[in-house]
Amino acid sequence: MELFLQQTFSGLAFGGVYACMALAVVMIYQATDHLNFAQGEMAMFSTYIAFTLITLGVPYWWTFLLTMVISFVGGVLVERIIVRPVEGTSVLNEVIVFIGLLTIFNSLAGWIWEYTIKPFPSPFPEEPVFGNKFVSTHDLGVIGVTLVVLSGVFLFFRFTPVGLAMRAAAQDPASARLVGIRVGWMLALGWGLAAAIGAVAGMMVAPIVFLEPNMMGSILLYGFAGALLGGITNPAGAVFGGFTVGVLENLVGAYVPFIGSELKLSFALVLIIAVLVFRPSGLFGYVVVKRV
Amino acid sequence: MSAPAGTNMRDQAALASGARLSNQQIVGIAAAVLVGLSLPLFVSDYRTFQFTLVVVYAIAVLGLNILTGFNGQFSLGHSAFYALGAYTAAIMMDQWGIAYYWTLPAAGMVCLVAGFLFGLPALRLEGLYLALATFALSIATPQILKYDHFEKWTGGVQGVVITKPDAPFGLEISQDNWLYYFAFVVMILLFFCAWNLLRGRTGRAIKAIRDNPIAASAMGVNTALYKSLTFGVSALYTGVAGALGAIAIQFVAPDSFTFFLSVAILVGMVIGGIGSIPGAIFGGIVIVFIPNLAENISKAAPWAVYGALLILFMYFMPLGIWGFIRMGYARLMRRLKAS
Amino acid sequence: MALLEVSKLEAFYGPTQVLRGLDFSLEEGGITTILGANGAGKTTTLRALCGMVRTRGEIAFAGTPIRGSGTESIVRHGIAHVPEGRGTFVRLSTEENLRLGAYTRKDGDAVSEDLERVFRYFPRLKERRAQQAGTLSGGEQQMLAVGRALMMRPRLMLLDEPSFGLAPNLTEELFDILSAINKERNVSLLVVEQNASLALAIANHAYLLETGRIVISGTAKEIEQDESVRKAYLGY
Repeated sequence: MELFLQQTFSGLAFGGVYACMALAVVMIYQATDHLNFAQGEMAMFSTYIAFTLITLGVPYWWTFLLTMVISFVGGVLVERIIVRPVEGTSVLNEVIVFIGLLTIFNSLAGWIWEYTIKPFPSPFPEEPVFGNKFVSTHDLGVIGVTLVVLSGVFLFFRFTPVGLAMRAAAQDPASARLVGIRVGWMLALGWGLAAAIGAVAGMMVAPIVFLEPNMMGSILLYGFAGALLGGITNPAGAVFGGFTVGVLENLVGAYVPFIGSELKLSFALVLIIAVLVFRPSGLFGYVVVKRV
Repeated sequence: MSAPAGTNMRDQAALASGARLSNQQIVGIAAAVLVGLSLPLFVSDYRTFQFTLVVVYAIAVLGLNILTGFNGQFSLGHSAFYALGAYTAAIMMDQWGIAYYWTLPAAGMVCLVAGFLFGLPALRLEGLYLALATFALSIATPQILKYDHFEKWTGGVQGVVITKPDAPFGLEISQDNWLYYFAFVVMILLFFCAWNLLRGRTGRAIKAIRDNPIAASAMGVNTALYKSLTFGVSALYTGVAGALGAIAIQFVAPDSFTFFLSVAILVGMVIGGIGSIPGAIFGGIVIVFIPNLAENISKAAPWAVYGALLILFMYFMPLGIWGFIRMGYARLMRRLKAS
Repeated sequence: MALLEVSKLEAFYGPTQVLRGLDFSLEEGGITTILGANGAGKTTTLRALCGMVRTRGEIAFAGTPIRGSGTESIVRHGIAHVPEGRGTFVRLSTEENLRLGAYTRKDGDAVSEDLERVFRYFPRLKERRAQQAGTLSGGEQQMLAVGRALMMRPRLMLLDEPSFGLAPNLTEELFDILSAINKERNVSLLVVEQNASLALAIANHAYLLETGRIVISGTAKEIEQDESVRKAYLGY
């Protein structure tokens, strides 16, 4: 029982991180029909920026906010400058550019900050809440922070005019133009938001997995798995999927002997393929009909 | 390529589709082969070793090209097949003492089957989703290779060390030079087979699936079978490359086969030319020599360069170097004809 | 100065030319209709005005040249386009659709006023304000599209075949409302219609388009009363 609770809470904490990545990926997918393979590396890069700010003495929560803002701006710039020229061309072109971005962010991080593993601070105290044995305070903190951020994003989309305009632009760009929405900028905003959310994921997970340039590769994979599981056309579903994948991954790792903690990535691989083959719209998404 | 005077329409069509080689092309290929064979005589053993790797990666890039360039199935997971081929060779040589030349067909067969099997669920996946599934495959591969239940074969994290083969029949050639000639001949063979496959009916079916899958199946092409088979053949090529690579480097370890290997092969394909057979050689050159040059700046620099090249080529040279050369040559010929 | 002045307008879909030099103008406050058979270029004309297709020539809206600008800039000058297919955001609610019409406006209180006004014109929309737009009937979606256009407080509203797919009584209702909007809100209308009698009933002025050219222009009354025109071009 103790093991079960520990694994579940830890799974929820990682799940929050995966949910952030899933949401970021789905936001861009909804607007462009493309998967941003570079989302993980962008988040990693943001985390390094946070690291630099902390090293310079900026207090944690100011760093947190500042990093989100910087990541937002970065996301907007990446979309406007690098992605825009290939938007609307073939899938091949776009994916290749994303892979190029992935590689550049990864290598830039390695270049600037080197490949040595660095510790990243957690803003949450070490002592477990109420002295409990099931969940670390950091994990609780991660769950809390990601829920706050995700709620903020949902409120933004549901209740602000810009959020509404972004949803409209993602769903139907031609009609959006007819009401005067600058669809291109909505796209850039979406990228900015996605980058900011990714930064949160990076900063929350870095204290656990330690900061190094390859830290987000597998996390992005789990984010994709969560997004697919929940439904890549449904942001709320993707968030649910992220949390689910986090918990599942831990429970399967703990209770299924031959997978253990060593084949977790294969678990994600199998999950992705299974969803894509048997139920591509995921648990909560809708089916996109292809017209011939 | 403009046709020489006196060729009829059927010949022209054959030339244009690559089904027959013009005299100029045959001369060009012969010259390239001669240059290739004579290279080791002029350079150091280390350089020859590098050229061997160029050959290895050229084969790997051709493998990816068969799947993505000619059949339109986008794979980010070819590092997995490369690894499979490499480990097959390593295990055969290290554990079972089998000679190196048998490892190539073995690696090829193993990867043919593996590729075909992976291709089956992949049938349902279009472009982006296939990219995602193969991305997942790439990311999961190193962890699978480190899995402790496989350790007695894979050597776990430490990997497997292989001994470099000697030239046969006691020939007085250095190991590096011999390996280069061996790889070079394998490459010629494989390239010829690929060209042969892609120019005939099978090739047309494969390309038709890329260009318009619905029309292809409406015309009676068994798209499912072709797509899975193409996956298998593509994996075969990359697996053979992996085996050759393992023999050349004398070492396999899980962290040599990360997602970034898939990126490197992708870079080779994009720069050499998507859908081009000769372009694969340019791809191999790029993969081997860019790190060579860029590593002087920093360990991370080669990857930054790869990333930048991927993006720049998509903007400015989507047909790759080979496409660029062909267009340039065609323009030159037109201008000469006009004058 | 006319509200809309169009001179030598040509429009292309790729290499195909669809409009071959249109010259016409609209005065503020009126209702104009463009009639013609299928393929004459009526829809293309509206698209050309909104910068949705490649064009040549000149278009001036209230004196400002707009040809060559992007759609989102053109509509910000005060042109609302109710397109063929209605262009409703099917996964957003009715109210969200309407509020999007007011996206570019800065006058918050007036927006709420306008929302109430749209609900007065279209009480059915008020009933369904929280419903997903895609679940509305065809007629209701048409009303929603018009309502959204109205929320833009446009000076000119372009309507592409508003009667399409609507039952006759609903169509009459809609055209009555369009007439009312024109008179009460001083919104000029440019209506493209295949249903000529309906359009001519509310219009002041009419143009007849045939293979990308204006072949007849005149007041609605003139055209309606000209038997030869009606028989040759309008089929009745």
